[in-house]
Amino acid sequence: MSLVKLSVSALAVAAASATAAAARDQVQVAGSSTVLPYAAIVAEAFGENFDFPTPVVESGGSSAGLKKFCEGLGENTIDIANASRQIREKEIKACAENGVTDIIEVRIGYDGIVFASDINGNSFAFTPEDWYKALAAEHYVDGALVKNELTTWDQVNPDLPAQPIQAFIPGTKHGTREVFEEKVILQGCEDGGYMQAMLDGGVDEDMAEEKCMAIRTDGRSVDIDGDYTETLARIESNKDGIGVFGLSFYENNTDKLQVATMTGVVPSTETISTGEYPVSRPLFFYVKKAHIGVIPGLKEYAEFFVADEIAGPDGPLAEYGLVADPDLATTQATIADENVMNGGS
Amino acid sequence: MSDISAIPAAAPHSSLHRQSARTKKRNAAEKRFQVYGMMAVGFGLLALVVLLASILGNGLSSFRQTHVVLPVELSEARLDKSGERDIEAIKKVSTFGYAPLIKDALARGMEESGIAIEGLDEKDAGEIISKEAPAQIRDFVIANPDLIGTTQEFRLLANGRIDGYFKGRVSMESAALDSNVSPAQLQLAEALKEAGLLTTGFNRDFITAPDASDQRPEAAGLGVAILGSLYMMLVVLVLALPIGVAASIYLEEFAPKNRWTDLIEVNISNLAAVPSIVFGILGLAIFINFAGLPQSAPIVGGLVLTLMTLPTIIIATRASLKSVPPSIRDAALGVGASKMQAVFHHVLPLAAPGILTGTIIGLAQALGETAPLLLIGMVAFVKEFPGAPPEGFFDPASALPVQIYNWTQRADPAFVERASGAIIVLLVFLVVMNTIAVILRRRFERRW
Repeated sequence: MSLVKLSVSALAVAAASATAAAARDQVQVAGSSTVLPYAAIVAEAFGENFDFPTPVVESGGSSAGLKKFCEGLGENTIDIANASRQIREKEIKACAENGVTDIIEVRIGYDGIVFASDINGNSFAFTPEDWYKALAAEHYVDGALVKNELTTWDQVNPDLPAQPIQAFIPGTKHGTREVFEEKVILQGCEDGGYMQAMLDGGVDEDMAEEKCMAIRTDGRSVDIDGDYTETLARIESNKDGIGVFGLSFYENNTDKLQVATMTGVVPSTETISTGEYPVSRPLFFYVKKAHIGVIPGLKEYAEFFVADEIAGPDGPLAEYGLVADPDLATTQATIADENVMNGGS
Repeated sequence: MSDISAIPAAAPHSSLHRQSARTKKRNAAEKRFQVYGMMAVGFGLLALVVLLASILGNGLSSFRQTHVVLPVELSEARLDKSGERDIEAIKKVSTFGYAPLIKDALARGMEESGIAIEGLDEKDAGEIISKEAPAQIRDFVIANPDLIGTTQEFRLLANGRIDGYFKGRVSMESAALDSNVSPAQLQLAEALKEAGLLTTGFNRDFITAPDASDQRPEAAGLGVAILGSLYMMLVVLVLALPIGVAASIYLEEFAPKNRWTDLIEVNISNLAAVPSIVFGILGLAIFINFAGLPQSAPIVGGLVLTLMTLPTIIIATRASLKSVPPSIRDAALGVGASKMQAVFHHVLPLAAPGILTGTIIGLAQALGETAPLLLIGMVAFVKEFPGAPPEGFFDPASALPVQIYNWTQRADPAFVERASGAIIVLLVFLVVMNTIAVILRRRFERRW
């Protein structure tokens, strides 16, 4: 079929001068690279099963996607923004300034963040406190901040193997980094009582939090600004490395990686949905209500995304690594009724 | 090694028959330089060989694909409960409703061939067939609703992991650790191959099929990307060639030589050195936000790449106009031709091979460009083929380098193979374009 198209297009070169653009008939989506694979799976199934064309899904990150989303209304703006975090107040305001006021928020499920190392290396059983002790830039000891000098995991916790500390963590442009800092490093700082010690020592709260989350920069922890494929390549070249991955990435590469437990819990879609495994975050997409009815298939796509057969526990998204939202029915109702955020305006 | 001062005092009597120490030194220096040169060339060649070997090693297998050939019963009970063959009712059955048909077909195929694998239930067995298969059968049924109730033979894609097993990417050992495939499934695939139900052959779909989602690496193809790249190249050719040639003819033949033309000349050279991402920012601001052209469309990509290619074409065209000897112009003017006649009848035809070479090299450069497309929404998952031109220029499309970039980011290791395969396709295009440029230059270039 495309061969015909190729030849037709070659013949029509001469006619290629400017023609008025036809009205857009496909949904356009942009945003988080974490949500991208899920959105692509849904878009593909949507294109197969409906008479609407397959939506176009762009990646580029949550913040970039929401920025594009807030650029305004109209056919040459996107309809949906994917995000691995909730939209911020600042972004809602920026949206409103450009006329994007009625936004429907859709939570599609949860994403687990796992720690994994080379399959042939040592196994690890971590607690957030271990990660804090291993990666903090400075430790608070007896009323003073001391530079973190720990070099092997058994120095951090005698139960861990004597392996050099080498962590590959997401760079600051990733939404995953925020979750890692809050749910692991800060949590570890609080669990181990270091936060309290600092507060007792007269450090004010903001400062203490900042010190808790400061990651060492002496090369023991490396920021990965690329995606998980880069983290995996780093671990393959440095077998001592421990990387931070999304659950779905790990599940696609279980022949190369072994996963570490966190406070004794093995990460899986089950343990994350029950909340036993602590490091997870919700994933979202945002829909412009004003585009519903203008762009064909927009509402159908949103409804299809959170339908039980797609986002439910037995659907293809769960199979790929998304943790199904137990509260999916509420989300389905939100879309059906086109309920906007903050009660709308 | 040592410098001049280290040489002992020159011999008082020098002879042409005997090499003096100084001559020897100079000859040695020349030899050394040649060795350095050869080392540099050798290093370059080594890098090329390593690059090609790794790309070909990873990517050649993407041109082969494993299929399972199965007779599938298009059961009326599942596909058209009413029995009225109403197309709307048939369309209501989603691809999820087609999956059981394939599972049953495989179970029957196994039974007929006498294949029994221990510890493999029907669901796991069904997983060796791609998730693309239900869509393939559904499309077939919607196109031929009257065949419901019959049994048809289908050539279905095998799952990416199974495909990888026959290409050596997946082994029994890795499957034991892999959560997406089990050794029992591989045994089944092996048994199906022996029974002749599973074949590996040339993968035409890799060139013609559209992209597929992360769950179906075996179905992903380059069709949309190749078409998108072609559309963009058409736009670039149609816009950049006339504009570039007109600008250079004016600058070279007609424009007075003054400070303004000097300034323009410097700016064109500067423009050629501007990083391509800058043109992407420009394209977003002007073509999408100001002119209101659609996102992800080849027309915008083509316009942006036109801006990027123009300086290359202008510089190449001016160089080849300059290389036409002034005697040609003088002769034409001497027999009474106007300046325009002299240029269009005599100078331009002689400069044409050089202009075409420059244009093709400019196009090849534009073909491999990703950065400016990032900002205009072309780095995206696009599964729908753009329409025929001219409307197709406004439909979303992908591009070859973008497809490579996208595939390298996917989690499934099967996409590594696909990305390398796409690189091979892109390299073939580039080599072909550059060869055409070389041939044109060899055949038509005239030297004076």
